[in-house]
Amino acid sequence: MTDLLVLNGLQKHFGALRATDDVSLSVRPGTLHALIGPNGAGKSTLIGQIAGTITPDRGSITFRGEDVTPLTLPQRARKGLGRTFQISSLIPEFSALRNVMLAVQARQGSSFRFWGRVMADRSLTGPAMACLERVGLADRARVPVSDLSHGERRQLELAVALALEPVLLLLDEPMAGLGPEESRKMTDLLHTLKRETAMLLVEHDMDAVFSLADEVSVLVYGRVIANGPVAEIRTSAAVREAYLGEDA
Amino acid sequence: MDNSRSNSFLRSREGVLTVVALAVLLAAPLVAQAAGQTYFISLASRVAILALAGVGLNLALGSGGMISFGHAAFFGLGGYVAGAMVFHAQEGGQFLGLLAGTQQALLSWPLALAVAGIAALFIGVISLRTSGVYFIMITLAFAQMFYYLALSFPTYGGEDGMTLYERSTLGGLSVSGDLPFFFVCFGVLLLALLLCSRLTGSRFGAALMTARQNETRLATVGINPFPVKLTGFVISAMITALAGVLLVEQNGFASPSLLSWHRSGEIMIFVILGGVGRLIGPVLGAAVFILLETVIGGYTDRWQLVLGLVLLGIVLFARGGLVGLLAGRARHD
Amino acid sequence: MSAAFLLEQLLNGVQFGVMLFLMSAGLTLVFGVMGLINLAHGSLYMVGAFVCAWVSGATGSFWLGLPAGLAAAAAAGAAVEILVMRRLYDRDHLDQVLATFSLILIFSEGTRWIFGNQPLYLNIPPLLSGVIPLPGDGGYPLYRVAIIAVGIVVAIGLYLLISRTRLGMQIRAGEADREMIGALGVDIKTLYTVVFALGAMLAGAAGALVGALQSVQVGMGESVLILAFVVIVIGGIGSIKGALVAALLVGLVDTLGRAFLPRLLTLVMPASDAGTTGSALASMAIYLVMAAILAWRPKGLFPAHG
Repeated sequence: MTDLLVLNGLQKHFGALRATDDVSLSVRPGTLHALIGPNGAGKSTLIGQIAGTITPDRGSITFRGEDVTPLTLPQRARKGLGRTFQISSLIPEFSALRNVMLAVQARQGSSFRFWGRVMADRSLTGPAMACLERVGLADRARVPVSDLSHGERRQLELAVALALEPVLLLLDEPMAGLGPEESRKMTDLLHTLKRETAMLLVEHDMDAVFSLADEVSVLVYGRVIANGPVAEIRTSAAVREAYLGEDA
Repeated sequence: MDNSRSNSFLRSREGVLTVVALAVLLAAPLVAQAAGQTYFISLASRVAILALAGVGLNLALGSGGMISFGHAAFFGLGGYVAGAMVFHAQEGGQFLGLLAGTQQALLSWPLALAVAGIAALFIGVISLRTSGVYFIMITLAFAQMFYYLALSFPTYGGEDGMTLYERSTLGGLSVSGDLPFFFVCFGVLLLALLLCSRLTGSRFGAALMTARQNETRLATVGINPFPVKLTGFVISAMITALAGVLLVEQNGFASPSLLSWHRSGEIMIFVILGGVGRLIGPVLGAAVFILLETVIGGYTDRWQLVLGLVLLGIVLFARGGLVGLLAGRARHD
Repeated sequence: MSAAFLLEQLLNGVQFGVMLFLMSAGLTLVFGVMGLINLAHGSLYMVGAFVCAWVSGATGSFWLGLPAGLAAAAAAGAAVEILVMRRLYDRDHLDQVLATFSLILIFSEGTRWIFGNQPLYLNIPPLLSGVIPLPGDGGYPLYRVAIIAVGIVVAIGLYLLISRTRLGMQIRAGEADREMIGALGVDIKTLYTVVFALGAMLAGAAGALVGALQSVQVGMGESVLILAFVVIVIGGIGSIKGALVAALLVGLVDTLGRAFLPRLLTLVMPASDAGTTGSALASMAIYLVMAAILAWRPKGLFPAHG
């Protein structure tokens, strides 16, 4: 089976800083691939390049066998690349439901309809409610984002991404700022979802990573220093020294 | 579900405010007619027209977050094109050497809107490359170009402007009387409000409002923000252009002052004063501004000083403009 | 058309540019440091002009009027900052637009109240009323040369102030990061008042100096305000260097356009129309330049923040 996502020799410099230094890795279909590394390792920069918010200096990104490097952010989204943000980027004025409905609408490819009321459109509200149910937010559908708790916003981020029916989901630190109980719930949720879609997960919570991931890549100073199945990475001496050693 | 939505808006404080404001605007000239104070009929028309200009800008600014400081360009362009058609009907000659003049509003008004729409498309394509204060200033720059173009265009009177001796007729109807003309202005305002209400509730509106709050979010779900914003900008410009058409028809006069940056500022003040992004905001803003101007002007020559203090008080102490003051924060689903 | 005429127009353009620079420097600083859109900056220019003209008239000395104008503009700026602007820093730009628009109304009518409806006139001081000979048989007013000199001094002074002094370091820190400046232990309130008053004083200086070249009247600040905004946007908001380059560019384009476009147009249209059309097109040229520059560089020539 061909790989879902292939990064080949990706480079990004900010001035003298090598945020991404010759990164190559691939994500296989049906897997959850975790990307770990200490703060400042360049994980968010890498996610940004895959999603299309940051243009790499060199290298290529192949998604589902197609070179998507020249494509814009919305074009890649329509190809099936979904993402969540480290810092919540929901629409604060909208309710949870409307945030998801926007993604449903985008998925249907029809934003130039000027008259019909979205709230009366069951082809929007139906799928959106279904996504909210999947992340356990159905009873909070009508609450404005500004009134949701931090944990609920994380769940909503995920619901919005799911509404796009992505082929690959880029998750940028979905546990950031969550308490232990909320983290556990999020981990359970991701466990359920990983049966349906492939994911590339950036995360600091090592318990979550080791319980969820099939494969792990370790990024340090913009370079991939290790790459392999969870069990291998967990026991790798080089990884322990470069990264896990900090905590141990 | 649709009905319950509309009803819940009408039951909300903002909905009540909307209905009351429009009812007062409609009743005022009728009372004035009965009392023989016809001056107030044209004042009410003026409020409706300038409110319409604000309703247009509010779509770009309030819904789409595009702070245009150049909507006078569309206001004036609409006014000048409609005026030019009447002018050529009276004096002969052709508009841009192509079209003979006409006093049929059903022809000249759509033409004015089309010209303004094309101009907005052109201005929008360039201006939307920028953002923030740069967008404010580049839209101003384009409006200033049209202003100086009008100044330098001798056919339509240059600096002195052009005088039109008759209003256009609307189909077979004459709107030369003050009251019929008010009804036309009010009707157009109602239609524009209905359009904006439906637009903001539609799929397009959802995309446009998202573009204002978080463009990256919009792009991340796969919607390119640029065509969404450009479309919003063009519709907004055409609504404001229609207001320019009506003002020229009302005054029988078109001059470069239609296009001046004061005009852009004034339209923006209506929107901010009324409450940015609120449906009835520009109507309240325009009405209160014009009433303050008229009422204070009746008492003292120093009305600008008082008006300035009142506006300053509102912006410092009533956040969210008049609608925010009277109906609280905006509610969304 | 002689070389002397060309030189004279070039100097006029530079002098106009210098005046715009004095206006724009304060505007761009206030925007860069405090993120504030101040439409009332033109009113401070007007205050400088009126007080300078009035004091000069009353005392018979321009050299008393000038510092009075500067002081009045700085004081008005400080008062505006303390009474109004302070409440607006955390508001969005639209509230700032409405509030400073209100201030224009208040300042204009207040000025009319205090100084009356008639314009004031300010004479060029005898010391500067001479003419500097130009090559050929032309001459150039010494006063305008003095304005250019003031502009050069202010530009150098601002450069030194921002790059070499403690206040300048605080200003740069404030532009980079508002929280950092608090962490540095700087009294932000005072800093903001000082920066605002400094900007106001520069605007007042522009108004006072120009007062001897044109009549001093209510509304004089508005057209120059729009040009100052054009300048700071072309230059890149927050950049003093950008403001200087853009001010000279705008000054030259406007002046040379006015001088030469009507002459060019007489080739294609009657002389009676060429005058008005030419000067209108010259005014348009500035905005064409601005739109072209922004279409090319959406953040101006010298973007201050990355």
